[in-house]
Amino acid sequence: MLNTVYRLTQPRKIEIAFNEIDIFSQDVIVKPTYLSICNADQRYFQGTRDAKVLAKKLPMALIHEGIGEVVYAPDGSFKPGDRVVMVPNTPTQKDEVIAENYLRSSKFRASGFDGFMQEYVQLPADRLVLLPESIPDEIAAFTEIVSVGVHAISRFDKIAHQRRNVIGVWGDGNLSYMTSIFLKKFFPETKIYVFGVVPKKLADFTFVDETFLTTEIPDDMHIDHAFECVGGNGSQVAINQIIDYINPEGTISILGVSEYPVPINTRMILEKGLRMFGSSRSGREDFVKTVDMYDRYPEIIEYLSHMVGIVKPVRSIKDMNEAFELDTKKAFGKTIMKWEK
Amino acid sequence: MIYAVIAAGGIGSRMGNLEKPKQYLTLKNKPIIVHTVEKFYVNSAFKKIIILCPDQWVSYTKNILAKHLPENERVIVLKGGSTRNETIMNAVRYIEETDGLDDETVIVTHDAVRPFVSARIIDENIDAAIRFGATDTVVPATDTIVESADKETISSIPDRSRLYQGQTPQAFKAKKLKELYESLTDDEKSILTDACKIFSMKGFPVRLIQGEVHNIKITYPYDLRVAKALLDEEIAD
Repeated sequence: MLNTVYRLTQPRKIEIAFNEIDIFSQDVIVKPTYLSICNADQRYFQGTRDAKVLAKKLPMALIHEGIGEVVYAPDGSFKPGDRVVMVPNTPTQKDEVIAENYLRSSKFRASGFDGFMQEYVQLPADRLVLLPESIPDEIAAFTEIVSVGVHAISRFDKIAHQRRNVIGVWGDGNLSYMTSIFLKKFFPETKIYVFGVVPKKLADFTFVDETFLTTEIPDDMHIDHAFECVGGNGSQVAINQIIDYINPEGTISILGVSEYPVPINTRMILEKGLRMFGSSRSGREDFVKTVDMYDRYPEIIEYLSHMVGIVKPVRSIKDMNEAFELDTKKAFGKTIMKWEK
Repeated sequence: MIYAVIAAGGIGSRMGNLEKPKQYLTLKNKPIIVHTVEKFYVNSAFKKIIILCPDQWVSYTKNILAKHLPENERVIVLKGGSTRNETIMNAVRYIEETDGLDDETVIVTHDAVRPFVSARIIDENIDAAIRFGATDTVVPATDTIVESADKETISSIPDRSRLYQGQTPQAFKAKKLKELYESLTDDEKSILTDACKIFSMKGFPVRLIQGEVHNIKITYPYDLRVAKALLDEEIAD
C-alpha cells in the first residue's frame, strides 16, 4: 500500500515522499493521531546538528513521541480502533544482558530511520502498548519522554546504594519535571529537591519537597544521589555542582543531551567514589511501566496535563512548519501536533 | 454499514495506444488498482469493497486482487454500467440484493486510478457522509476556469476563489442516492457526469472534504510519469 511520509529534506523543509507498506506482513498498521515534538526533532528541524550528521540522516521523517489508532493487525494482537502508544526503539536482535535501547544494532525512529510523521506507521506488535481510556490523548502523546525518566529511575534503583534520604534533580525543564513526579511516586519517603534557574518554573514543582535556585544553594546542602536533567550548555555547571554537593558513593544519573564534550571534575568523582551512569531512550518495558503508573495514579496525569502547551491541528506541511516554529517560542511544556494527515 | 465502491470502468481509450485499461498498468511492481484497493482493504470500517470494472476484465481483476491481497472475503468484483452513475448503481443494487439497504448504508465511491488517496480523506468522507448524507473531495482551483457557451469565445470567467477541482472519494447515503437517481428523467441522467450532481440537482447539500494535490487521477501517459516521479522522490506540498 502506498503510504505518505512527511520527511525533513533539509533544515526547515518538509516534503512529501511515498513508501510502500507490505500488507502481507504480520506487523500492525497504525494511524498516528497525536505527535509530540522533542528537542531532538527540533535540532534536526533548525539544522543545529552537525552538518555531517544532517547529511547522513536526512531526508527523514521526524518525531519519535506519539500515539495512534490501530488500523490493521493481521496477527490479532490488537483490534482496529485500539489506542496505542508507539515505541520508537526498534531492536534487530536480542541480548540477554544488554537492554534493547542500548544495543548498537537497534534502530530508533527519527534518528536512524523514518519517525512518526507519516500517514500510516507499520510496526511489530511488540512496539505498541495499549493505552487505558483514562489517559488523555495530549498527555499520552509524550509518553516516550516520560518513559525515559522512568527508565532512568528503574536503573538508578538497581545501581544506587540504599541510603536515599535526599535525591537532587538538576534542571527546571520538561525532563526534570516528569522525572521528579515519578521519583516522588517511586520513593515517597525520600526528600526530592529540585535545582533550577527560573523561579517561575520552579514554582510549578509543587509535588517535590523543596526547590532551590542554583545560585542560592545553602552551604550545608547534602544530597545522597542526583539526576541531571539539564543538557546543552548547562551540562557542565550542573554536573560539577552535583559533584560538589553529593555525598560520597552517591550515584549521578545523567539524562541531559549535550552536542559537545563536557569537562567535569573527575578528581572529586574519584575522591568521593561516585558512580555516574547515562540513560537515554527507553524500551518496551519502560513504556508498559509508565502507562501502568498513569493508570494507577491519576494525580500523575493531572501534573502532566500542566505540560501540555500548544495542541496544533496539522493538516498540511504549512501546519507542520508552524507547529515547529511555535515550539521554539515556548518556555516550558510540550507542543503536540493533532495529526490529521 | 459502510461499503467502498471502486469504479474501474475506464477501458483505457484516453491512454494512448496501451493495450490495458489504465487501472491495470503497473506502478511500483503492482497494478494501479491494487494500490487503490489496498487503501480501502486496511480500513476495517468497510464491510465490503466492491470493485466495478469493464465486463471483459472481471476475471482479470479478480485474479490480480487474489494474487495481491492476503484474503479476498470482503472484496467483490462486479461489472460496471454504461455510465459512471450506472456503475455506481450496479454496486447499490448489489448491496440491496445481498445485505439490504437502509438509511444508514453509506457508500464511499472512488476512482480506481487514484492510488494516492490518503487515510484521512477516506475517514473524513465516511464521517461526513454519516452526518450529512453526501460528500465530495475537492482541492481549491489553481487555474482560472473559463466558460465558453459557443466553444469560441468566453461567456464568463467565474470567481476562482469560489471554485474547486473535484477529486474522489465521493460518499453517499446509498438509499437516498438510489431514490434521487431513480427520480431523474433520462434527459437529466444523460447530462450527469458526477454522482454528487444528483444530490445538488435535487437541492440536497453535498459536504466538501479537503483533498490533496497529490491525490491525482492517472488518466493520461503524462499522469503515469507524474505518479512514478512521486514514488521516486520527495516533493514540496
